[in-house]
Amino acid sequence: MSTDENVAGPAGPQDGGAGPGSVLDLTNLSLSFGGLRALSELNLQVGDGEIVSLIGPNGAGKTTVFNVITGVYEPSGGDVVFAGKSIAGLAPHSVARMGVGRTFQSLRLFLNMSVIENVMAATYGNTKATPLESILRLPRARREEREARALAADVLSFFGQRLAGYRWDQPAYSLSYANRRRLEIARALATRPRLLLLDEPAAGMNPTETHEITELISRLCTERDVTVLVIEHDMHVVATCSDRVVALDHGVKIAEGGFDAVASHPAVVEAYLGRDPEALSDAG
Amino acid sequence: MSFDSPPPPTPPAGPQVGADEWVAREGHRREYLPSWLGTAQRQAERIGWWPRLAAAGLAAAALPLVGLGGFQLQVGIDALIVALLAVGLNIVVGWTGLLDLGYVAFFGCGAYGFALVSSGQVGPNGIHLPSYLSIPLVMLATAGIGLLVGLPSRRLVGDYLAIVTLFFGEAFVEFTNNVAPATLGGPNGIVGIDPISVFGHQITTNTGYYLLLVVVLVLTMAVLRLLEFSRTGRAWRAVREDPLAAGSMTIPVDRVKLLAFAFGAAVAALAGTIFAAQQISVFPTDFDTPYLILIYAGLVLGGAGSIAGAATGALVVMVIYDGLLRSPTYSGYLFYGLILLTLVVKLRPWRRLGLVLGATVALGFAVHAIAAAISPRAVAGSLGSTGWIGSALHDWVIVPANATAIGNWGFVALVCLLIALVQVGPRVRTILLPPTLYLAAFVWETRLSAEPAVTRQLMIGAILIVMMNARPQGLLGQRRVEAIT
Repeated sequence: MSTDENVAGPAGPQDGGAGPGSVLDLTNLSLSFGGLRALSELNLQVGDGEIVSLIGPNGAGKTTVFNVITGVYEPSGGDVVFAGKSIAGLAPHSVARMGVGRTFQSLRLFLNMSVIENVMAATYGNTKATPLESILRLPRARREEREARALAADVLSFFGQRLAGYRWDQPAYSLSYANRRRLEIARALATRPRLLLLDEPAAGMNPTETHEITELISRLCTERDVTVLVIEHDMHVVATCSDRVVALDHGVKIAEGGFDAVASHPAVVEAYLGRDPEALSDAG
Repeated sequence: MSFDSPPPPTPPAGPQVGADEWVAREGHRREYLPSWLGTAQRQAERIGWWPRLAAAGLAAAALPLVGLGGFQLQVGIDALIVALLAVGLNIVVGWTGLLDLGYVAFFGCGAYGFALVSSGQVGPNGIHLPSYLSIPLVMLATAGIGLLVGLPSRRLVGDYLAIVTLFFGEAFVEFTNNVAPATLGGPNGIVGIDPISVFGHQITTNTGYYLLLVVVLVLTMAVLRLLEFSRTGRAWRAVREDPLAAGSMTIPVDRVKLLAFAFGAAVAALAGTIFAAQQISVFPTDFDTPYLILIYAGLVLGGAGSIAGAATGALVVMVIYDGLLRSPTYSGYLFYGLILLTLVVKLRPWRRLGLVLGATVALGFAVHAIAAAISPRAVAGSLGSTGWIGSALHDWVIVPANATAIGNWGFVALVCLLIALVQVGPRVRTILLPPTLYLAAFVWETRLSAEPAVTRQLMIGAILIVMMNARPQGLLGQRRVEAIT
């Protein structure tokens, strides 16, 4: 798909599709592993400042969508357009530099590095000092180091007391599970994303922490000016924070729209609960 | 931490949130050595890294003044070269987490590169570049070779990369042995290499090279320390921890790996130039796999991932391997000392330790008396150990007149006993220990002390095994956690 078309042609075929301020635009996205079609002909728009939830049963292809967007997989068909530029097939670090941050479902922190180093490592792509400059502590290296530290302090303070200063120099492996999830978000924020992909941010959290995460996702949007695409199984989180919900099953989009509409959509109910045999025989 | 870091964050006054507080505190407690050693370690850490490094460098530089000379000085030079190599290897293996088994070839490239541009080998009059030109040139060229060898690391990880780099290491030895014998000299190597000159002074003595190596090692460690907590160092460690996550955090994983290869190769080349100049000659066999094993042994023993650990580990390994284990007296001290130390550390309660030692001593005298009574030939041989250990053990260990064959069988029996020892329960182990210890002494006195070439490799292996059980992260290494999901 050409970029021009994306800028000119505002709305996708779906109702509730994003307007001209579309940040992310997936068109006819397909991905096959050998004979297995993980994604087929997926169309998805995410508008600027929106919070979109991606739901679906296990194995529906939600994380695969994230992996295709972030460049871990190259799509076998279709295009990924981010902020007007095609990013399909770019290396993960290039995608991240363009402003797509992500967290991982199975936590992937730099466990043996300190909390603040985890965050500072994510500033690599937005800094330029060469090894020589770093060794000699030339002005640019010192300035960037100072800025990276300030940015890290800033994103960590987003979580209030949870990742307060005294934890900064502790190794990441010493953090609790919930704090590791928070650190993942902080690290992704340090890449200065315009679009943040959150992969099950509330998984394994207790009700209080889940509530906190829900508020946090809304705050990301309002305070940090970040567009959010979130995969979540906890329907309370999805209902509370999302502007729009997209349901996937077997790599195909089965429903899209407001939470209530999607949650009661027959295809979604079927995907989660299976088909009702009596209803089937009635229909037959 | 870095120079520009703001003052360490102070804990908030209010109640601290989160249940993971004690976990973190426990982690901090366990990273230190036990008892007073830990206190000393903590005090040393408060001083800061560069005064510590400078003090260690000054102490090392002062050693020739207090009488280090001759053979000891040569051991010191070898140890410092391996330390420099281990510090460079730490970039690739310890920080970036790439198992590079061809590392010793970069050392060889440095040595051969320096030899070619600082001797009469090439052309009718040879090339004699001044050292301030040749050393940076050779380092740059080897860094370029490092980039080339690192290229497969973009696709290969883990075992595959290890095998491919091992091939490269072996290929280097074959290459220097067989290709262009007029230039590279084949198995005869290159001889008559110019000395290194520093500020117009030619270094020709071993003391000079020792001091040069101390200075170079300290400077390299300082440079790497500055790099470790910079943008580049963080990227290296992030790639080691999780390459996929590093990529998604704007780190160009491939480029960062190649950079690590290049830096490691440059440090190895630096060590190679000094090695070539000090030896005045280079041969293909200088850069073979046994040398690689020594570098790795140093890095692992000291703690991969830690600069000070890599240097310390390499120095310890080389002083033991190259220095102590060549002399039968010192290797005897080391052998019996290591056994005693292990027993003292591992056997609890004290009663059990006393029991085992007492039984071993009694067993020895009994066996010796019985053997002497049956046949005088059974105790007619002379002990391998000399000095006070030899006289102390004279009436305890039996050494037959012709001990080679029985010593070999004893060695096989000892290996079997050791395997049995780790399989059985604690009670049987206590009973088995005295005969095992006695057999170990027997094998040492009859065979091992007479074969230093074999013994020192066995000893390094034994030290590494003991180390892995006692302190898997190495002498100065940090405990590492693998991802648990």
